[in-house]
Amino acid sequence: MRMVIIFIKIKYIIKKVMLLVNIKPGTRYQIDSIDCSDETTIRLMILGLVEGTEIELISSAIGGDPMEFSVFGNTISVRREQARRFSVSPV
Amino acid sequence: MDKKITTKIEARKIKVRQYASKKIVVVGNPNSGKSTLFNRLTGLRQKTGNYPGVTVEKHTGTAEIGSIFFEFTDLPGIYSLFPDSTDERIAVDVILGRLKNNDHPDGIVAVLDSTHLYQGLYLIRQLIDLGLPMIIVLTMTDISESDGLGIDTSLFEKHLGGVKIIPVVATTGKGINHLRKLLVDIDSFHTKKIPHYWPELSETAKQLQNQLPEKMSLFEVERALIEDSNIFTNTESFKLINKPSQNIKEIRKKLFSNQSPIAQEARKIYCWIRAVLNDIQKSIPIIPVRFSQLIRWLNKPIPGTISLFLVMAIVFQAVFAWATPMMNVIDDATSNLGLFVVKNMPEGAFTSLIADGIIAGVGSVIIFIPQIAILFLFIILLEDSGYLARAAYLLDRLMRSVGLSGQSIIPMISSFACAVPGIMATRVIPNRRDRLATIFASPFMTCSARLPIYALLIAAFIPSRQLGFINLQGLVLFGLYMLGICMGLMTALLLRKTALQGSKTSFVIMLPEFRRPNLNSVLIQLLTRIRVFLERAGTVIFSVAVIIWALAYYPQSDVIASHLAEQKASISTGLSIEEYEVISRQLDNQAAADQLSQSWLGRTGKFIAPVFQPLGWDWKISSAVIAGFPAREVVIPVLATVYAVGNTDDGVNLSDRLKSAKFPDGSLIFTLPMVLGLLIFYAFCLQCVATLAVIRRETNSVALPLLAWIYMTSLGYLGAFIVYQIGINYV
Repeated sequence: MRMVIIFIKIKYIIKKVMLLVNIKPGTRYQIDSIDCSDETTIRLMILGLVEGTEIELISSAIGGDPMEFSVFGNTISVRREQARRFSVSPV
Repeated sequence: MDKKITTKIEARKIKVRQYASKKIVVVGNPNSGKSTLFNRLTGLRQKTGNYPGVTVEKHTGTAEIGSIFFEFTDLPGIYSLFPDSTDERIAVDVILGRLKNNDHPDGIVAVLDSTHLYQGLYLIRQLIDLGLPMIIVLTMTDISESDGLGIDTSLFEKHLGGVKIIPVVATTGKGINHLRKLLVDIDSFHTKKIPHYWPELSETAKQLQNQLPEKMSLFEVERALIEDSNIFTNTESFKLINKPSQNIKEIRKKLFSNQSPIAQEARKIYCWIRAVLNDIQKSIPIIPVRFSQLIRWLNKPIPGTISLFLVMAIVFQAVFAWATPMMNVIDDATSNLGLFVVKNMPEGAFTSLIADGIIAGVGSVIIFIPQIAILFLFIILLEDSGYLARAAYLLDRLMRSVGLSGQSIIPMISSFACAVPGIMATRVIPNRRDRLATIFASPFMTCSARLPIYALLIAAFIPSRQLGFINLQGLVLFGLYMLGICMGLMTALLLRKTALQGSKTSFVIMLPEFRRPNLNSVLIQLLTRIRVFLERAGTVIFSVAVIIWALAYYPQSDVIASHLAEQKASISTGLSIEEYEVISRQLDNQAAADQLSQSWLGRTGKFIAPVFQPLGWDWKISSAVIAGFPAREVVIPVLATVYAVGNTDDGVNLSDRLKSAKFPDGSLIFTLPMVLGLLIFYAFCLQCVATLAVIRRETNSVALPLLAWIYMTSLGYLGAFIVYQIGINYV
């Protein structure tokens, strides 16, 4: 049983789940899953940040927070705290 | 005779009946061109008021199309029927007919930005399910055409269940006439059902609907199921389906399985949107290549922040530099008008009221119109061009360190013009604690009424010395602005650490592209704001001016008057006319000084003076400050009145009079520590009835404005006290 858990963990690390907070500008990513346990994240989902949406980092304010993303031609500002709740993969 | 009247009334009734009235709401995302369309439809037949019971401004306008009388309402911009802030809440309540005494609107004009279909369709989908008559107006079609986003309108209509879609270019008016023609038949445009994006929800709602004791539309049952959030618990539909008899918890659990219903709805609706967009658009805009090189550069963190501060510096520079010539013109005009009145009217109480009370009082306030107009112009331009949203984004981090979010930036920047619109702008802040902290911080921003006080005292008492490339006077003024900002932010921090603890701030903001503001719309906004300011000058400040004049004029002492007459009579007859004039004027002024000192204002000032004595103020300043309680800018005309007396030369201006003002023991009143203290007092104190009134309205509380007043006045007193005492004891 323990082996299985370790195996899953390793698999998880190798797969390198990428979070929205870590992406680099200039590449398009797709949202894979969302931890929608807080109100602000749900707010972002209403604005179109749902699974399957393509998203690109445009820029960020001083200190890298908040971040500015482009979603289907709209630019939207997201704090790092929320960006951590989105896991993404390159398109 | 009677018969005639009855027939007339009958005829009128018929005429009224002919004009059926239709209530249409204009709904759309923020920045979708909603207000421009509203202006196109109604022109200048607009008025602003309040929604019953709440403080959100209601913009309505009327138009007559065919034989139908339309009343349009421009609702605050929303992204969904799930509201976030006070503003959005109102919009949703109006659409759903949830406001008290307000039925559903007769029809909806839904504004959809053709360059932002992805986010825009979310609201459209919810509106279609609502089932009211609706027309969709597709805006910015000129931009989307040139971007190559060909949109097949007829196919689009089919996807949306046959809703009429009208492409419009609101800035040029293209397509507006077509819209007008369709509006006449709005009743026949009821939206039709399209396949549900969430069949399970629809099924459950149908079952529930049959069990309900009262009739409720399917849409309302669905909303009430989804809106499982504490902000909705007071809606009728929520109460209805949450009766304990309907094991609603079970139903919700089965349907949503512990996940947020709103989040699930978002997933489902965007699924549908993607399918529609794939079908109707030749190309889906992923990244707009509309950014110019300059804007790319402005988007970078450090250049962006630096240019933000540059923009603010330019705005304040313009407010000072451009306004001065216009202010001089107004100043000359009012003082000439006062002189004209004095010369051409018989001496007495009435003339004094007109010249010293009304003209001087109101004149000293309308002199700020140029400054206010310029400041408002810049703020409107910054807002309409989309720059303020960017400022909020750039400064979010800074604001977070004092427990606020970037959204508080917009009210605070507006407060540099006037705290009243600033505090009203806090409505966009979703979190109530954030909003209250911002309301308390905003009056600390140096508003345009503080500016003339600063300008007067700095010009008179701070030496105009060059320090490198900065002028000392300018530096002091800048310091006062910074002092206000720091104190405001510290107040917010203090509140968030004590009374308004908890609930982390959130910051979700759409950053609109930079776009050229529409001249027409800018002018309409500017004129409205100036009109509001003038109304204030005409009502509050006018009445204050009259009251202050009466307090300074009454009671007239007969002893002083007869003493003056005696002295004038006893002037030796051997003098030339000029010499006689000088002596007689000296006597007049002396008598005026004596009259003032025993007037109600003088008595109050003397009574209160011991309180302000530790700040180095004499009774004249004390009475001026008291008089300025309803509107701080009033202090200048009062100072001008109380220090005008005892001077022989008419040409001497207020600042020279202040410079030469002395205590009875012969020492100067306006020393540097005292002046700096007075400046700090004005930087902090809340001497503005309009601000107090707007805080009362926005917070719906009497205690909070009172608390704000006590807090800010004590801070002002304390600041002035510390500066004055350090200045006289240690420097």
